[in-house]
Amino acid sequence: MRRLINRQPDVVVRFGLMLLPFVAVIIAYMIASEARLSVNPNDKLLPGWSTIAAAIERMAFLPDQRTGSYLLLQDTISSLSRLGIGVAVATLIGGIFGILQGLIPYFRATFNAFTGVLSMIPPLAVLPILFIIFGLGELAKVVLVAVGIAPFIIRDLALRTEEIPHEEIIKAQTLGASTWQIILRIVVPQMLPRLIDGVRLSLGAAWLFLIAAEAIASDSGLGYRIFLMRRYLAMDVILPYVAWITLLAFTLDLALRLFQRIAFRWMYRGN
Amino acid sequence: MTRVTVENVWKVYGDQTVLENINLEIEPGSFIALVGPSGCGKSTFLRMMLGDEAPSRGRILLDGEELDAEPSPDRGVVFQKYSVFPHLTALQNVMLGLEFVASPVMARLFGSRKRAAKAEALDMLTCVGLGHAVHKYPSELSGGMQQRLAIAQALIKKPKILLLDEPFGALDPGIRAEVHEILLRLWRDEGMTVFMVTHDLSEAFKLGTRVIAFDRVRTRPEEMKAYGATVTFDLKVDGKSVPPRPEIRDVLAVAAQ
Repeated sequence: MRRLINRQPDVVVRFGLMLLPFVAVIIAYMIASEARLSVNPNDKLLPGWSTIAAAIERMAFLPDQRTGSYLLLQDTISSLSRLGIGVAVATLIGGIFGILQGLIPYFRATFNAFTGVLSMIPPLAVLPILFIIFGLGELAKVVLVAVGIAPFIIRDLALRTEEIPHEEIIKAQTLGASTWQIILRIVVPQMLPRLIDGVRLSLGAAWLFLIAAEAIASDSGLGYRIFLMRRYLAMDVILPYVAWITLLAFTLDLALRLFQRIAFRWMYRGN
Repeated sequence: MTRVTVENVWKVYGDQTVLENINLEIEPGSFIALVGPSGCGKSTFLRMMLGDEAPSRGRILLDGEELDAEPSPDRGVVFQKYSVFPHLTALQNVMLGLEFVASPVMARLFGSRKRAAKAEALDMLTCVGLGHAVHKYPSELSGGMQQRLAIAQALIKKPKILLLDEPFGALDPGIRAEVHEILLRLWRDEGMTVFMVTHDLSEAFKLGTRVIAFDRVRTRPEEMKAYGATVTFDLKVDGKSVPPRPEIRDVLAVAAQ
């Protein structure tokens, strides 16, 4: 009998095992939903498939009676644009500060402790400040997403930059490179794929901050809708919305990973 | 041709003396092999030659002038690892040295200047036997090929001094002999001074015109901190001479005609 750590599932078994937890959750939901609905057909907590399907149709495929727009589409567009702008700003700031902090001793001496302290501030604690300063509009939400994830991206990228072998930096100098040329040709090209890794890791937090901001003050967005529907116990809307957010997050992550593979082939050659 | 003078150099980290009282006069065009046990400071000496570290006392002179306190293009280097840039192909790695000097802001060349740099880099890659692998990334090259690439990359700058820090330590013997031949040929052609740190005595005597050993003279435990390593052997290798300087070679060739 071989040890458990040495036993590998084959392709078919692996695929089946991958599906197993998902199927188990769905079956558990169906059983629980069935049980509750048989006691009380008007139960709202665990709606049946037909109720959920009707809610999806109402939110996604029929224009809203009051505004005439498709709510799911509108919510998705507002949320993704807030998330996109916030993450883009954080990536830009994180890229610049991270690389400078990792490479230039004077810059590190100035900002290392500062970004370290900044990253310890819970972003949600400053949300009221952001609302006071930037108002209840789009800006405060975008700023929360950016402020929430930028310190992580800066610190992550600074560490990655410091991990560039000292030999490479020395070698570049013996080839006559200035600090600017080293940044441009040696550090930035090697750090871009790491930056994408950092962004991927912080996307979960970005969604968290976005939905929190939308829950508190907003008139559209996926987080706004979920918290609005909570008042009506409308689980038939909330559950598909959560699934949709998960799908969006998963797709974003996958897209970044694919982009990294295609744009930075040197990382995956040979080894 | 560059004369290297090392005057009374010491290197001290905190209260740990690593090197003490190193005095050397290096003939132009020498191939110096530095040997010694691990931790004897031969790599530290090489880093001081490189300008990566400064001597605690004493000074190092190139043709009578004190070394730059930071790495510069007059001193090329090949390390045991990480000498080439993983995100650039072999050709891009070699072209880099030409692009840095010709394009301060973009660090890239375009048009006819790019073609000229490319041709020069291709020549250099052919010289080290990598003419067939110019578009490969370092991770696709074997260890020996990576070191040959690192040599080509350093030599495109025509350094006065080439510093090698255990460059062939990770290569198997057949490959090593192959790279030795390439290195010896380039050294003779370019007329540069080479400093090579190695663990391998036979390699030191095969390549070097002069073999210098660093070691600690005082080895009692209580003396280990206060006393560093110094030059314990300094041997000219018999039957080997510094190759004639290129300008003298040209004069001789003209005279022969």
